[in-house]
Amino acid sequence: MSIELRNVTKQFGQVAAVSNVSFSVNEGELMALLGPSGGGKTTVLRMIAGLEVPTTGDIFIRGQRVNDLSVQERNIGFVFQNYALFKNMTVFKNIAFGLKIKKWKRADIKDRVHELLQLFGLEGLEKRYPHQLSGGQRQRVAIARALASKPSVLLLDEPFGAVDAKIRQELREWLVTLHHDLNVTTIFVTHDQEEALEVSNRIVIFSRGHLEQVGTPREVYETPANEFVARFIGVMNVLDAEVKGGVARVGELQFPAPGRRDGSKVRIGFRPYAVQISTDLTLYPYRAVLRHTFFLGIMLRLELELASGLILRSRMTKEEYAQLGLEDDREVSLQIRNFRILSSDTSALSPEQEVQHLMPPTIGEHI
Amino acid sequence: MASKRFNALPGFGLTMGVTLFFLSAIVLLPFAGLVLRTLGLSWSEFWGLATTDRAMAAYRLTFGASLIAAVTNAIFGTLLAWVLVRYEFPGRRFIDAMVDFPFALPTAVAGLTLANLFSANGWLGRFLVPLGIEGAFTPLGVTLALTFVGLPFVVRTLQPVLEGLEREVEEVAATLGAGRLRTFASVIAPSLLPAILTGFAQAFARAIGEYGSVVFISSNKPFEGEIAPYLIMMRLEEFDYAGAIALAVVLLVFSFVLLIVINLLEQWASHFEH
Repeated sequence: MSIELRNVTKQFGQVAAVSNVSFSVNEGELMALLGPSGGGKTTVLRMIAGLEVPTTGDIFIRGQRVNDLSVQERNIGFVFQNYALFKNMTVFKNIAFGLKIKKWKRADIKDRVHELLQLFGLEGLEKRYPHQLSGGQRQRVAIARALASKPSVLLLDEPFGAVDAKIRQELREWLVTLHHDLNVTTIFVTHDQEEALEVSNRIVIFSRGHLEQVGTPREVYETPANEFVARFIGVMNVLDAEVKGGVARVGELQFPAPGRRDGSKVRIGFRPYAVQISTDLTLYPYRAVLRHTFFLGIMLRLELELASGLILRSRMTKEEYAQLGLEDDREVSLQIRNFRILSSDTSALSPEQEVQHLMPPTIGEHI
Repeated sequence: MASKRFNALPGFGLTMGVTLFFLSAIVLLPFAGLVLRTLGLSWSEFWGLATTDRAMAAYRLTFGASLIAAVTNAIFGTLLAWVLVRYEFPGRRFIDAMVDFPFALPTAVAGLTLANLFSANGWLGRFLVPLGIEGAFTPLGVTLALTFVGLPFVVRTLQPVLEGLEREVEEVAATLGAGRLRTFASVIAPSLLPAILTGFAQAFARAIGEYGSVVFISSNKPFEGEIAPYLIMMRLEEFDYAGAIALAVVLLVFSFVLLIVINLLEQWASHFEH
């Protein structure tokens, strides 16, 4: 076990940024801390680094309790979102900084820095100053600097937040390759679910300081622990419906809800895959317009607007998309293959209560 | 014309012309006049007038006291700017406003106040004079006055630079194992140095030219309390225009050389930004 948090809470004044969080990271894992901004994920990262001290709870790095260990003593590599390069130092000196402090021999420092320059494709840039580098190069220098003295863990705060969408994809792939090659335990913070699903071995999901779920991308995706996770991961359409005559209705959509009282409120959840689309407008019962298509590698995410204004999300592969001959603003017909009734009479429930009340394992899938 | 390019703002020729005329009228013309007047003197006449013993004593006092004042300001001004930017404390805004005081206060008032404060029966002088520290009517007083007028320069040039420092840079240095001292010496100080040098140069240049506050706190006696600008004034009152101009040219040349040297130093100190 490389890193472990036990019942960690962090208070800033009266506000709990992180409440009672426990999870562990295995040696060599690539872990994502995912959640909306203000969810506490960056605070968790900073506590592991020693830049913040937990109010209560313990943090262990390789079995050693590090609560009382200063930042300097923890031997971690930290990469800030803005890279925080030393602008008065060359690339070489930036990377060598930590090694000099740890009193490495000159020749060893030189060897190590050149090894990293090569690994990160930065050869020939060692005499440049940060302002002479591109965004991608700066990030690589920042990561090389963090890795120079072989830290026990690499911590990255929103590593792809500051680069534009095009380079983003490249950087993600590069990070996966890098992690594969170096096999250093890595934890990164992101608010982008696609990024977390694509890059990490496991994901920790936070919301408002609480840990919502820990799991592999597949676990999180296929068995979200609660409605928050389901919505946040973007794997579920959730609609508020009202029951009338055994049918839950929202807009023009109708879902069979046998045994539910008339007038009761239910939440209907269904996966993007459950939304079937055809350009044959008579094939399926509902009409919608394809508003936006998001390209995510080989998968596409579609946003569909029904006549009543309801927005549904769907997913398909590029091939399916091409076969159907879809394009934005095209009118389509759709049906929803299967769905879940998430709860009944939940209008007054707070999110925390929802966590317990929603989606108990007994709720089956209606066809 | 083939070289005519599109420009968002028209009238480059006009604005450039106006700018050059303004600069010439305000800055270059008086300088030229000054230099022209010296041309009426032969080199040996000029040299003789510019390097009399009395003039040399005045230069020593002017440049010596100004240098000490500027160095003092560079050190304590940096500290003051650091405290003002980095810490929240009651009265911070008030102290911040106080820094501009030497800018706003008529220098004569400053000189008068300081002289009163440090004279043998002044508030501070009554305690300091028995200890052998005489602030009023001595070179020490001159230095004090020059420090007073130069303080805002260092603080005001440094403040925006300090505010622009990224906290993350210090944190990242800590994660790499650097203690506070190391972080300050190798990361923060080099980023501040160009601004400190600029502030130092401005405070120094201002001190060399300072007249109003010094004449009140200095003894103004030849060879001991006479600053160069005051000596120029004396020469003029004696209708010795040639003598006054010789002194003025020395100050001019020295200030000019100082500006060049400081600019080179700044360039060297900020080499990582260009």
